[in-house]
Amino acid sequence: MADELKPDELLDKVDYTPTSGSWMNTAVQIRPGMYCYAAKPESLETLSAPNARQWNPLDKDWKLPENWQQIIHEGIKDRLEKFRTFKIFMDVCVRCGACADKCHFFLGTGDPKNMPVLRAELLRSVYRNDFTTVGKILSKVPGGDRLAGGRPMTVDVLKEWWYYFFQCSECRRCSVFCPYGIDTAEITIMGRELLNLLGLNIDWIATPVSNCYQTGNHLGIQPHAFKDMLDFFTEDLEEITGVNVAPQFNKKGADILFITPSGDVFADPGTYTCQGYMVLFKYLKDKYNLDVTWSTYASEGGNFGFFTSHETMKRLNAKMYAEAKRLGVKWILGGECGHMWRVINQYMDTMNGPADFLEEPVNPITGTKFENSKSTKMVHITEFTADLIKHNKLEFDKSRNSNRIITFHDSCNPARGMGLLEEPRYCIKAVCDNFFEMPENTIREQTFCCGSGAGLNAGENIELRMAGGLPRANAVKFVHDKFNVNTLATICAIDRAALPALCEYWVPEVEVYGVHELIGNALILPGEKKRTTDLRMEPLPGMEDDDE
Amino acid sequence: MKQKYMLPLTGVFLLFLLAYAGVEGAGMQWFFGIVVPYAAVAAFIAGFIYRVMGWAASAVPFRIPTTCGQQKSLPWIKQNRIDNPDTAAGVFVRMVLEICAFRSLFRNTKAAFNRNEKNKITYSWEIFLWVGALAFHYAFLVVILRHLRFFLNPVPVCVKALEYLDGIIQIGLPGIFLSGIVLLAATLFLLARRIFDEKVSYISLAADYFPLFLIIGIAATGISMRYFTKVDILGVKTFTMGLATFHPVIPEGVGGLFYAHLFMVSVLLAYIPVSKLMHMAGVFLSPTRNMANNNRMKRHINPWNYAVEIHTYAQYEDHFREKMIEAGLPVDKKE
Ligand code: SF4
Ligand code: SF4
Repeated sequence: MADELKPDELLDKVDYTPTSGSWMNTAVQIRPGMYCYAAKPESLETLSAPNARQWNPLDKDWKLPENWQQIIHEGIKDRLEKFRTFKIFMDVCVRCGACADKCHFFLGTGDPKNMPVLRAELLRSVYRNDFTTVGKILSKVPGGDRLAGGRPMTVDVLKEWWYYFFQCSECRRCSVFCPYGIDTAEITIMGRELLNLLGLNIDWIATPVSNCYQTGNHLGIQPHAFKDMLDFFTEDLEEITGVNVAPQFNKKGADILFITPSGDVFADPGTYTCQGYMVLFKYLKDKYNLDVTWSTYASEGGNFGFFTSHETMKRLNAKMYAEAKRLGVKWILGGECGHMWRVINQYMDTMNGPADFLEEPVNPITGTKFENSKSTKMVHITEFTADLIKHNKLEFDKSRNSNRIITFHDSCNPARGMGLLEEPRYCIKAVCDNFFEMPENTIREQTFCCGSGAGLNAGENIELRMAGGLPRANAVKFVHDKFNVNTLATICAIDRAALPALCEYWVPEVEVYGVHELIGNALILPGEKKRTTDLRMEPLPGMEDDDE
Repeated sequence: MKQKYMLPLTGVFLLFLLAYAGVEGAGMQWFFGIVVPYAAVAAFIAGFIYRVMGWAASAVPFRIPTTCGQQKSLPWIKQNRIDNPDTAAGVFVRMVLEICAFRSLFRNTKAAFNRNEKNKITYSWEIFLWVGALAFHYAFLVVILRHLRFFLNPVPVCVKALEYLDGIIQIGLPGIFLSGIVLLAATLFLLARRIFDEKVSYISLAADYFPLFLIIGIAATGISMRYFTKVDILGVKTFTMGLATFHPVIPEGVGGLFYAHLFMVSVLLAYIPVSKLMHMAGVFLSPTRNMANNNRMKRHINPWNYAVEIHTYAQYEDHFREKMIEAGLPVDKKE
């Protein structure tokens, strides 16, 4: 099976020359290892999503509703009016190919349908056939539709959509290079919305969405378990630092509501980042009397609705503001997460605002006004921490991170949907001396996806993930070989879940850290004991047992 | 594969023959000289407006610019004001650079993979598409502006100046216009890229080759009239002025080649609104480029925003109240 594919075997397959023949006549081959399991009916039912049923992508019959073609046609029509992006992007691509070799999934698989332009053409061909004058006329002439590049909507086309729209991590790298700013991620979003009209989602998205909706977070952690988890970290941290850092939950009247992706609470190594936040908040409480609360209701920053439809995204996002209002906090602080921040930056205020019951964010410790979040009232934790560091409000012992030789992975969404580039770097450099950038074409706005974004972080599609993550891993390997980099820092919970597996596969000597883990590790808590281990309970540099 | 460009190539050739034979053989000057050009211009204008209105009618629900640099953040962090603008002025500069200098295309890189002990994926700067595209568009622009001399009497000074500059390299007589040569060369380059670059060839449709062949045909006929067959310039000017002033006349002594040239231009004009060539207008309207990244500073309104069903805190607490109380979590309603 797919997970037995060795790195060498995978590399042998990399070839960027498409086979000859016409892509329109090359039928899709749905291959295990490259796709995620189908959405379970229960999960769709929670959201009253259409066509909830048991189905299998490998089956011939996908149990579609009878009028499925009409549903798709109307779905497209509706979206063409609602989204100018969609309409323009359907019309103006000149197929120049500038985006072709920019997608990590193409670079890792060599599958020509993973060229962004072709991914979009999958949908565009149907659009041309059904919605353009030329296409409509030519489709009546025998062989004519092919002239204008149109094709009718068939089950095979639908399967191809499903396969390739769930082989796009909506990372937007292609968009950076397109002369018209055509954003294939936007087309994928529309494609997935259309597929959702027929109940064609994957389970790794549908179930988290349903959990978020019900319990507040994508893992379905219930309130008491959420608290247990953080209590457990509190115990560990007490052992490490000698200080009780117990957090507060659902506290009315706190200064700030803190929301982070639940991945940080439940999965290693995100949990260490979570501990980093806790250490920081304790420090701020003791030194500056800043009151931060967590919420068990709004206990998820990540928004898997984003990978489903705009409507689902809005339904899940509503909790952040609702909870901030109920608790009466001043503003909201957001943790390290990729797509959560794309949603917060580009959608939240429009969908669920205005947040006029909150105050314009000011850092109560430094007096800095966060001008850039005046309207959403939501600040990114690296913006917040960078400001504290700049004003010398935090004391660090950098030597605790001296064994970490670090490079930084820009997560796609904050990088290309927000422009959060310097803040995390500033934080890292404040607590570590060994920092090296990966090559220029692989960082900042040109950063490469971890290969598991947009809900593709499942176990069954591991071959796709390892192939898609190849460009990222390749750049990490480069700095590993050149500068002995052993730490890949990032500000995204999906990255913290996906990159360890990726590194283990391609660059096993590199470990994945969140930025706030490094911060928490270096921060000198008032009254702390002499630390001998880091947050992972591994010996600090100079504290190793010399048993050799 | 081949049929993808053989069909459009044959098509353009037939168009040429149609006009040439129509004029030389059937004497249909009035049709190819008057009816077709007016119809084409009408189709172009109407179609163009229709398409742009169609785009403009679609909503822009969210502000989703692609950011290519540092956001506006803390005062001491240097923002990239052009690639990640938060003001209208920044957006303006970004758009000007995009439209006039193809800035995004300038970034283009080429990826290659070496299967050896290093297994490195390398990215090299790929400038040829940018050069080719820029040369093509600017040469085309100059050619069009130069042709204004046929439609304006007296010829404006700026058109004369442009012609002077364009023809500054003087090799024999008549002076060579650089723009025409560059246009032809750039189009041939873009065509060659489409045919020989495997990736580009794979994504290309017949509809991508057609305008290239058409433009090659137009450039080739134009060049040959100027340098080789020496069309009767005065006759042409009489004719075009007639069209421009809505008093069309068919002059003597202007041959089939000219009508074929004119016919292909007309086809191109009429083809623009129904094709990808509308990118010339679309580029202005692309929401990922023409919006400021001030999402968190300023509220953006979605015209079709509608209320959705959400799972409220009250429902949540009802569901988990006992467990919450047991865990010592605060609740709104105790019982
Ligand atoms: S770069 Fe843009 S215009 Fe060129 S092929 Fe890709 S999407 Fe189309
Ligand atoms: S958005 Fe990312 S994953 Fe999707 S096509 Fe573009 S580069 Fe590939």
